[in-house]
Amino acid sequence: MIARIRSLPAWFRISARDPNRLVYMILAATALLYPTVVQFVNPEQSITLINIAADAGVYVLMAIGLNVVVGFAGLLDLGYAAFFAIGAYTYAMLASGQLALTPAHHAVHLPFWLLIFVAVLVAASAGALLGAPTLRLRGDYLAIVTLGFGEIVPRLFRNMSDWTGGVNAISAIDAPLLPFWVDGPWDGGVPFAFVRDLKFSAFQPIGYYILMALLILICIILVTNLQRSRLGRAWMAVREDELAASAMGVNTRNVKLLAFSIGAAFSGFAGCYFGAKLSSVSPENFSFLVSVTVLLMVTLGGMGNVPGVIVGAIVIYFVQYKILGDLPHWTTAIAGGIGLPDKTVSALSDLATNLNFVVFGLILVVTMLLRPQGLVPSRQRQEELTKGTHGGELVDMRGAS
Amino acid sequence: MATVVGALRQTRVALSGQLGAWVFYGIGIAAFVLLILPRIFQNPVLFLQTLVFGLTDGALYALIALGYTMVYGIIELINFAHGDVFTIGGMIGILLFSLLGLVPNKAASVGLLLVPILIGITALTMLITGVINVVIERVAYKPLRHQPRLAPLITAVGMSFLLEGIMFVWHGPNFVQAPDLLPSARFSLLGANIDTRELIIIVVAVGLMLILNSFVEFSKLGKAMRATAQDRDAATLMGIDIDRTISVTFFIGAALAAVGGLLWAFYYGSLRYDTGFGAGLAAFTAAVFGGIGNIQGAVLGALVIGLVRAFNDGYGSATWTDVIIFGILILVLTLRPTGLLGMRVPEK
Repeated sequence: MIARIRSLPAWFRISARDPNRLVYMILAATALLYPTVVQFVNPEQSITLINIAADAGVYVLMAIGLNVVVGFAGLLDLGYAAFFAIGAYTYAMLASGQLALTPAHHAVHLPFWLLIFVAVLVAASAGALLGAPTLRLRGDYLAIVTLGFGEIVPRLFRNMSDWTGGVNAISAIDAPLLPFWVDGPWDGGVPFAFVRDLKFSAFQPIGYYILMALLILICIILVTNLQRSRLGRAWMAVREDELAASAMGVNTRNVKLLAFSIGAAFSGFAGCYFGAKLSSVSPENFSFLVSVTVLLMVTLGGMGNVPGVIVGAIVIYFVQYKILGDLPHWTTAIAGGIGLPDKTVSALSDLATNLNFVVFGLILVVTMLLRPQGLVPSRQRQEELTKGTHGGELVDMRGAS
Repeated sequence: MATVVGALRQTRVALSGQLGAWVFYGIGIAAFVLLILPRIFQNPVLFLQTLVFGLTDGALYALIALGYTMVYGIIELINFAHGDVFTIGGMIGILLFSLLGLVPNKAASVGLLLVPILIGITALTMLITGVINVVIERVAYKPLRHQPRLAPLITAVGMSFLLEGIMFVWHGPNFVQAPDLLPSARFSLLGANIDTRELIIIVVAVGLMLILNSFVEFSKLGKAMRATAQDRDAATLMGIDIDRTISVTFFIGAALAAVGGLLWAFYYGSLRYDTGFGAGLAAFTAAVFGGIGNIQGAVLGALVIGLVRAFNDGYGSATWTDVIIFGILILVLTLRPTGLLGMRVPEK
């Protein structure tokens, strides 16, 4: 009994020392309770809210993936949206009527569950293809090469309109279907049905929500294992000092290539889901804005820390869609409430509508200047930043054991 | 995969010397002979017209590219926000003109005063934009100077977004019209229809570059800039104020970009918050092509990029122009990161 009472503060101490654990628990609880809570709190809008959460998951996936590239291996990728586009277009081409309109003349409708692996493979190969010749470049040159790649890919999809429909987008993309053996016993009003008639549609987004939660869970497990593996340690070594890492026998080229491909794979994964959920894919969905948004999520959350970037992704998505989305209404309401003239009210409301870029830019700059370790820092990273391995001073090793 | 990478490394080593420069010239001459020469005979007027467009674009890109290359030369930072400094310079210029009552679509009756007004407002725009850029450097980049290289780069990306955001709040998503102030008289040169504005832009850009060149070559501050670029620590020991030198570099870069922004607005008639993103990337490609850190290289690269853009718009298809320019960027960075005339940068 006494032991049990004592163990409680111990648990808190561990949580305080390692905030990751706490963050994971909060995230898991939120993910589990969100659909239910939403239905009680705001029944009219519950479908929209669950939809938004399922969309936010796309960014969570991408943030986890970009974290492998930027956070673990220290390679700045400014064209991350390109792999997202590649994943989405892979799914869109192979799971819609689009190919019937192309010189191939035969529509292909492969199932989602197969294509998600195909999309991952295609995106990872694209990452390897881009990475192989460029990863030996210095970090800032690599960033610009990836930026160029990220600008080229959507333009290719737009210009090759014979195959991709160009600016007209590919629409009416298949939704995922559950295999019959999952559908079977739960379906058709069986009394013990867990979710009645689980389908993937925009009007009933709970299916997408569950799918996304599962995908994110799988990705977290994968990435955490990678981080703790030999490969993960090699990534950190390359990030800190490539020369020293290669002297210690790390094959820096392969290690960096793997980081790049794995990061691209996550983006392809997210792209495939994105295409299926939105049911339409157009080149405008993959602009530089997407790449910067994901970079912002990773930076804000804490580079190199998986729960951190998830928190970052959720926070940024919430800021973008809820706060910035509602700001014009609030502004109008408040400004109108205190009796400002109509002209001022509408001007303020316009101002609030246009704040998007400013807020994003500010968050990125301020985070880099004031809290470069992010909201939920990884302990290692924080020590490096505060003790300054790059400032020219020697690191004090006495407290580092 | 390993053999591909090995072959690439060998190619890069082979291309890093004088041979690489000859390969560049060879590709350029081959592209000219194969793609453009036949069309000169088909339609010499169109060729001349496109050439003038290309030179004008090249002059505008050069004004932006100089800022990228000078900043990179001195602190090895890809100043991602520079393209947006260019746009904001143009917008500030338009604002100053409108304060004088010179607004678009209204006949301006300034007569002979036009030249002093143009020069005065341009100088003021250069000053304001330069100060803005110096403040950006002091606030956002200076504290991160000793951080790993990616930290200031990410900050610069954020700064680019912040500047675009400020312009978005200021003018919204619409194009900002510029007053039509540059004297526009069309005349015929060997059958091609040439605008005096194109000549003015080329002359102004060339003049500014000559001034910049003599400043960097002969003035004391220019000498300090070159010394800082070569070896910052040694320059400090020689009594050079590094912070001031870096500020001067940012000031000059922004002042040139501001002139570029104004001329761009006069020539194309308008600016938008994201004009600088595309123009900045093209100018950055130019700087990389010429060899980033090298002033003459940036001008040469800008000329090439301007011509590539104009000739692809004229003879090819405009939708592919950006793809071609970014393709050039990737190829140059992959195969010869030092560019055409670049300084020898060790691969760290």
